[in-house]
Amino acid sequence: MRIAIRSLLLLLLAPCLLACNNQAQGALKARRTTVTVAGSTSVMPFSEKLAEHFRIEQPRITVNVQGGGSSAGIQACVNGTVDIGMSSRELKGDELALGRTVICHDGIALVVNPANPIKNLTLEEIRAVYSGRLKNWKALGWIDRNIDAVTREEGSGTRGAFEELVMGKTGIDDSTMVQDSNGSVKEVVATDPYAIGYISLGVVDSKVKAVPVENVEPTAANIKAGKYRIVRPFLYLTNGEPSEAARLFMAYVLSKDGQQILKKEGLIPVHE
Amino acid sequence: MNRKTIGKENLIRIVLILFALSSLLFLFTIFIFILTEGLPLFYKAGVRNIVLGIKWAPTRGSFGIFPMIISSFMVTFGALIVGAPLALACAVYLSEYAGKKTKIVLKPSLELLAGIPSVVYGFLGVVYIVPLIREYLGGSGFSILSTSIVLGVMILPTITSISFDSLMSVPAPFREGSFAMGATKWQTVYRIVLPAARSGILASFILGMGRAVGETMAVIMVAGNALKIPASLTDPLRTLTSNIALELAYATGDHRRSLFSTGVVLLVIIMSLNLLANFWVKRRVAK
Repeated sequence: MRIAIRSLLLLLLAPCLLACNNQAQGALKARRTTVTVAGSTSVMPFSEKLAEHFRIEQPRITVNVQGGGSSAGIQACVNGTVDIGMSSRELKGDELALGRTVICHDGIALVVNPANPIKNLTLEEIRAVYSGRLKNWKALGWIDRNIDAVTREEGSGTRGAFEELVMGKTGIDDSTMVQDSNGSVKEVVATDPYAIGYISLGVVDSKVKAVPVENVEPTAANIKAGKYRIVRPFLYLTNGEPSEAARLFMAYVLSKDGQQILKKEGLIPVHE
Repeated sequence: MNRKTIGKENLIRIVLILFALSSLLFLFTIFIFILTEGLPLFYKAGVRNIVLGIKWAPTRGSFGIFPMIISSFMVTFGALIVGAPLALACAVYLSEYAGKKTKIVLKPSLELLAGIPSVVYGFLGVVYIVPLIREYLGGSGFSILSTSIVLGVMILPTITSISFDSLMSVPAPFREGSFAMGATKWQTVYRIVLPAARSGILASFILGMGRAVGETMAVIMVAGNALKIPASLTDPLRTLTSNIALELAYATGDHRRSLFSTGVVLLVIIMSLNLLANFWVKRRVAK
């Protein structure tokens, strides 16, 4: 019986011992600080890139970048569980109380398969395709084949911006295919010759072809000149006074170096 | 036994009981969690508007998941049509025809099939099945047909192993009697063994359906996820599970709650399937 009691005691004590150990380790690490950044999956890859470069400048600060989506990022920022929230859509309602910093702008490009010879799309044509009124490539001057339109899921920041900037009051048709990230939309368009989709300009590469809209190429130059109109801001959000480390990271992102990195990734910096 | 040993035995017993009950606790917690998150919206929007509603636009107050319920059942039956004959043939071969050596190879490879992560099935579906369907049958390839094929393969191991067990539990005298009457092997299998194992085979189909209804990752990758009820085999569709997984990342407020409501409906469907399967198995035992 005594052995039993002793082992039971040990069982109860084990977590406490482990906790003490953790605390000791925490004290050792105290010189390293962590900044947690979470939210929009559109902003995430660029934040990761910025974090990598920031690490070289400030080796004792670790920037931890997580996804989750714009709404999740905003929510986490409101709850105070992250230092910086990322959003690719504008704030609404009580979210407006958060500190809002535009780190850059991003174009939304309409992409088709490289095999697709189409040269231009008007906004009206895009609306017709996504509202299900226009279903065949023949009407757009290509072969007699159904258009496989791909959209993003409900609640996505990219979809929100696309609806606001392109669709206006017209709804997206229910028979449109849905994918849940820029990457999977790109993958579908890259493999299906008859597909069309919209993705963040920053992630467009040679696997897909970005189509000019209203005869304007989706390029950084055209966006800055105000010619290409399907553009949205990328936001960093803070709740109250940010920590010292978070403030340093934000300052780096807005610095010349940080903005240069964003520019190289195909985004439109807020200042150069 | 002295007092010390008895005390130790009792302690071990109590610890084991606690651990055993923890699985029940998990189940209960999951139940409570899904219900408290999902049920309020049923009050607010009305059960009919959710379960029988056609329009899904949760950020604008339409929470209809009827098309997804129908789609879930469509791919489930599709998977059964693809997978059940293959699985049953496999089980019959294993239990009635295969020699010891073939069994040693075939059984573990089936178990391996069950162990392959679903994302791998989805990936293979996207790379091979989807383009094939787009090329030869038209449409985008992301369709009810490609989903049924992928799910059909995924439920193979479930159906095979349970059918196999129920075929093996048919007593040997049944077969011996049939052979003694001059029946051939196939006649014996078809007329005697299969009918005797009927309820177990049915239960395996239902459990396979449960697996197909619950599958998420592979389905998201090959189904196309459109909101409409598919009108042809090459149309895309969205199931209940993929609806939750697709939208959870960005959902807040009522949108988030509506995804939990989708979960409640899914829970009810899977529970009924499992109860049904249990019912068939019980019946077999009662006989």
